[in-house]
Amino acid sequence: MNVVQVRGLRYKYPDGTQALDGIDFDLAEGECVALLGANGSGKTTFVLHLNGLLEGQGSIEICGMPLNRRTAAAIRTKIGLVFQEADEQLFMPTVLEDVAFGPLNLGLSHEQALARARKALEQVAMGSVMHKAPYHLSAGEKRRVALAGVLAMDPQVLVLDEPTTSLDPPAQRDLIRLLRALPQAKLLVTHDLAFAEALASRAVFFDHGRVAGQGAVRQIVAQFDWTSNA
Amino acid sequence: MHARDARAKIVALLLYLTAVSIAPVSSHTAFYAYAALLAAALGIARLPLIPVLRRVLVLLPFVATFALITWLSGQPVRALAILEKSLLSGLAALVLVATTPINDLLRGLESLAVPRALILVAQFLYRYLFVISEQGQHMRMAARARGSGFHSAAGAVGVLFARSWERADGIYQAMLARGFTGRFAALSAARFGWLDAAFLALTAAAIVGIRLAL
Repeated sequence: MNVVQVRGLRYKYPDGTQALDGIDFDLAEGECVALLGANGSGKTTFVLHLNGLLEGQGSIEICGMPLNRRTAAAIRTKIGLVFQEADEQLFMPTVLEDVAFGPLNLGLSHEQALARARKALEQVAMGSVMHKAPYHLSAGEKRRVALAGVLAMDPQVLVLDEPTTSLDPPAQRDLIRLLRALPQAKLLVTHDLAFAEALASRAVFFDHGRVAGQGAVRQIVAQFDWTSNA
Repeated sequence: MHARDARAKIVALLLYLTAVSIAPVSSHTAFYAYAALLAAALGIARLPLIPVLRRVLVLLPFVATFALITWLSGQPVRALAILEKSLLSGLAALVLVATTPINDLLRGLESLAVPRALILVAQFLYRYLFVISEQGQHMRMAARARGSGFHSAAGAVGVLFARSWERADGIYQAMLARGFTGRFAALSAARFGWLDAAFLALTAAAIVGIRLAL
């Protein structure tokens, strides 16, 4: 079954730029897909559509539920979106409160929300910093906590926008191990090919708001000459 | 002092401020008594005297201006009282802020029915102050690395504002993505224990006592 199914998605920015120009996209249960493409090719714009933060034309179904204004709230509990800027995602005074923010919005009691937050923090091995202020964490720790904030909502799909940016190699390795162990379907927006290859079974290549090609990561990299080797 | 519930401290502060501001201007013994009360609080909280006093002196230029005007208009007693009242009030507020973590303080204010919007603004301000000032420092460093001095400062402030604006947008999206519906659910309710009650009762008794006796 497809947990994400997108058909003919188009989106124009208020300034008239056609950011998405007819996107078809599927993500199957448990699948891990890398979204590649140039800066400004519409990758981030696309993922912001998946939980209704942006509204374009076309149809989006998440876990069999059509996305519209009425279902957006329910769909946001299915899709866990980890933002590129961890500082924008961690806005509560302490790590624990930040991770509990989502569960509380789901209507859980304080005890339940805290229990979920603690569990999610353990899952990303960040239990030791739960009473710290997010500001005092390193980039790698922030990324883990941001992921915990999403895991605490128990989503069926994880969408990560540039998750390896500003992580040192060991932190990248840890993130790969961590993501491998998570059972959810994953969509990784990334420029990091080693990361994409380590996790994704398929790559989708965006170009000017269209899907220009898809296939195995290696094949896509070769097809679009998508390598930094000079 | 540090361990007392924020609400007890806030209410005690309000009582203190009210008492100091309605004290008769000529009653210097009352001011000494209020000052002694503050000194006791400083001592119990083990706050370092010099840094605290230095911070209170920030008020001095403003207060001194008003005091000077009052003095020149022929009311030296009132001028002195303005000085004393302002500095005591400032010092008292500092004791509260210095002994209460900002999050507890805001939560305390919230449960004392301060509008939620104000609390949220203060909370976000505190959270992002560092992020934005760091960004500002980076921009300044980048400007200096390219040999720029002050002449581009106005533009840089504009860019910083635009970036902060975009960041606010990003934060709001991140909040929506995790199911935010416009209402913050408070997480932990602080406990108002008998020690807090005793603290509040004693402080209130001292303040009211001074008011009645002097």
